[in-house]
Amino acid sequence: MAKNIKLKIDGVDVQVEDGKTVLDAARAINVHIPTLCYHEDLCVAGNCRVCVVEVTGAKALVASCAMPATDGMDVHTNSLKVRAARKNIIELLLSEHNADCTMCYKNKKCELQDLASEYKTSGEQLFIDLVPLKDYTIDNFSPSIIKDDSKCIRCQRCVRTCEELQHVSALGVAYKGDKMKISTFFENPMYDVVCTNCGQCINRCPTGSLIERNYVDEVWDAIYDEKKHVVVQTAPATRVALGEDLGFEAGHVVTGKMVSALKRVGFDSVLDTDFSADLTIMEEGTELLTRLKKALVDKDPTVKLPMATSCSPGWIKFIEHTFPEYLDNLSTCKSPQQMFGALAKTYYAKKRNIDPADIVSVSIMPCTAKKFEADRPEMRSSGYKDVDYVLTTRELARMIKQAGLDFLSLPEENYDSIMGESTGAAVIFGATGGVMEAALRTAYEIVTGREVPFENLNITPVRGMDGVKEVTVKIEGTLPDWNFLEGAELKTVTAHGLTNAKYVMERVKSGEADYHFIEIMACPGGCIGGGGQPIPTNMEIRKKRTEAIYMEDTGKPIRKSHENPEVVAIYKEFLGEPLSHKSHELLHTHYKARQRY
Amino acid sequence: MTKNKLKRIDLIFHEDCECRQVLEKTFSRSNDEIINDILESGLKGRGGAGFPTGLKWKFTAEQPADERFVICNADEGEPGTFKDREILFKVPSKVFSGMAVCAKVIGAKKGYIYLRGEYRFLLPELQKALGAFHRDIKDLIDFEIIIQMGSGAYICGEESALFESMEGKRGEPRNKPPYPTISGFKDKPTVINNVETLVYAFMICKHGPLSFKELGTSDSRGSKVFSVSGDTPIAGIYELELGMSLEHFVEEFGDGDTKAVQVGGAAGFCVPRKKLKETIIGFEGVPTGGSMKVFNSSRSMYNVLHNYLEFFEEESCGQCTPCRVGCQQLLKGIEAVKKGEKKAIYLDQLLKLSETMKLASKCGLGQSVANSFSSIVDNFREEMIY
Repeated sequence: MAKNIKLKIDGVDVQVEDGKTVLDAARAINVHIPTLCYHEDLCVAGNCRVCVVEVTGAKALVASCAMPATDGMDVHTNSLKVRAARKNIIELLLSEHNADCTMCYKNKKCELQDLASEYKTSGEQLFIDLVPLKDYTIDNFSPSIIKDDSKCIRCQRCVRTCEELQHVSALGVAYKGDKMKISTFFENPMYDVVCTNCGQCINRCPTGSLIERNYVDEVWDAIYDEKKHVVVQTAPATRVALGEDLGFEAGHVVTGKMVSALKRVGFDSVLDTDFSADLTIMEEGTELLTRLKKALVDKDPTVKLPMATSCSPGWIKFIEHTFPEYLDNLSTCKSPQQMFGALAKTYYAKKRNIDPADIVSVSIMPCTAKKFEADRPEMRSSGYKDVDYVLTTRELARMIKQAGLDFLSLPEENYDSIMGESTGAAVIFGATGGVMEAALRTAYEIVTGREVPFENLNITPVRGMDGVKEVTVKIEGTLPDWNFLEGAELKTVTAHGLTNAKYVMERVKSGEADYHFIEIMACPGGCIGGGGQPIPTNMEIRKKRTEAIYMEDTGKPIRKSHENPEVVAIYKEFLGEPLSHKSHELLHTHYKARQRY
Repeated sequence: MTKNKLKRIDLIFHEDCECRQVLEKTFSRSNDEIINDILESGLKGRGGAGFPTGLKWKFTAEQPADERFVICNADEGEPGTFKDREILFKVPSKVFSGMAVCAKVIGAKKGYIYLRGEYRFLLPELQKALGAFHRDIKDLIDFEIIIQMGSGAYICGEESALFESMEGKRGEPRNKPPYPTISGFKDKPTVINNVETLVYAFMICKHGPLSFKELGTSDSRGSKVFSVSGDTPIAGIYELELGMSLEHFVEEFGDGDTKAVQVGGAAGFCVPRKKLKETIIGFEGVPTGGSMKVFNSSRSMYNVLHNYLEFFEEESCGQCTPCRVGCQQLLKGIEAVKKGEKKAIYLDQLLKLSETMKLASKCGLGQSVANSFSSIVDNFREEMIY
């Protein structure tokens, strides 16, 4: 679009496209206007008023995030009026904010604190402290999310996130006036509402009002306990984002440094969720082919298609609440995290000759829903809690800092063995479309004996940031065992963000779509945009992390799950074959219908 | 130009009006002619903000759209205002007729009356009158009026919060622009007018713009319905010519011991006795949506302000910072000064805060808290302290 709007900001001429806001225009010429309720991923609210500017001729100040740029506008971002108002507004926010910064998990990572440090020049609070006058409680019942209303500045980013990005609306605005607060259905605790624990709200909260439940101290305790053997697994998406919290630009792959840091922090064995991602492909791919065979050849009416992926615990809780009638359509495979956990205390323990009771299994995840998943009662098939502690990417960054490591200068090291081997197919689990692509790479080859007919194995149509990606793969030249699939068109759909998930499921429900295989990731962009990833996360950063993921894939010597030598070995030595009795016992699970309210 | 005398007018309530005849006559004219009459009359919105009604209609009519709406804002929530209730009770068909004229001009097929939650008792009679009206005009125009109940939030009288409420959402004001004439109810171009404005628009159609224009001043044409309350022996509803001085108003309505008049309700201005003479009721002076509260010397202006601030603290939607937190701070602030917990000079801090609220709040509610706050604190500072 042409740049057809001409305006002046602080005396500087600027041209922007029609439809851009004053804030966009200011950013285009590197004029910094502070914001709080504004977030690139969300609709404009214009309610914090921190971004007010003066427009010559207008009676009142205007919120630059919400004001369209118009021709001839003369904007002042730092006039006397603006400064006075902005300072007052920041003071007002501070007066209703529980500013116990040194006690706060978000200390030095808080947008309100940043503003205070820019604008507060006197030591005393300008207005009366309102926090003691209110009856605040902390909701800390959830294994994933802690909500502390005393730190809330009512910017409603979380509300918009939950509604717009996720169509969950677990969080909403309640009451009005001085009693207005962000709350849940009937003010129930977060664990008792439709919340999927995706943590997207945490990722967007400017203060410490919404944070993950952190297990940093518990993990340190385990590490220091000499009797315990602490294994750690790292999810695919962590390696392309961790660097952002430790001094790297977004989009930097830090796998080797992360491994090195984990070893120095003191984990006894540093292993890779990628291994169990490959295993997931073996189980889930086989499950899909088995379902297709039962449906197409055996005409078994009990077989449910389309089959949907089950790696994303946010998606699992969403479907349990919202589409419980489709639980049988979910793959019974546990997520890679939980497969890993179950094997860590069985296969790994046996191979390393360690009493599983002495193993502490830790996972590093881009995700807060994984904390809830690890706590599910179904996830104890090893006889123990399969995954003891889940840390987000952010928590790991914190541990690395606490350990005094200079991340930038760490050497790159390799994962330990066993269960440390990875393929390109496993790495791409971290991006939307990744599970689909990995599954197709393997399933197509099982059925035809040939590689998927895409250049360099890159199934590009399932990649990228489009919310819903429908791809049909025609199966030709099948091996004798799979003749029934000859000429079949495998209809797939890939969606990310629960808003898109809901759209896909509604199409399935109404019969508009007849997919065979559905990949859904709860978070926008897939796990690279997970709720446990470094803050900020936005479209630009998601794209950079995704590029990094595919770079990592391309650089791997092995790029198909079924060729992972450790996966081959585990089937030979321990599991037998995909969907074997042992697999079912350790690697598969079931789901639970939950109520919407 | 200052009109000195207080002149009672009898347009809205007592004049017999054959609505159908007037509508027939009006509908025989072109839309442009009707809009020009409204523009020519100088009629401004009677809710308090005073936007020229003709322009509002014109902008909405000109905005390309497949659907347009006319909405009658009957969410009369301003403390001390009760004139819309009286209009809806006594002359509902004039309200409906005003909406019908607007509907013709802008091309609306549907109109809504957003009725204040506390006015539910009006509903049965209104529905009856509306049924009769629909039967009466069905051959004249394809237009239906629906009455939608509010639920009691003051903020829903703010036009964009009203749309949100009508759409079934939480009543919170929207960002402006876009204005309702471009994107209002259901994001369609919408005329939203106060009850009284619609009746005056209709009366202008009946009598022509000139008789209306002759009344009032150049900035404040015509007459206006006032809700008079407080320390007055003759509280009630009065239709008066605009442009009178407050001194004349007090001569007529005061009890002889008037200390101040709150013009425009909690969101309006407090005028002390010493400024009555120089203050004109109208857009060039102090505008009002109709509320006129008279206080005599027995009243504590601290209590008056405290009461208003309690009201605002509760009725702010809570969305934007200046209004949500600002109202709490103003209230707690004057309490602290009164108790001696803060020095009197803290009032200046609060005045600056109210200025910020005026400049930076998202909607008219937060922007107008400063009106009563600064006018009461400035004029009755000693009452705030001692």
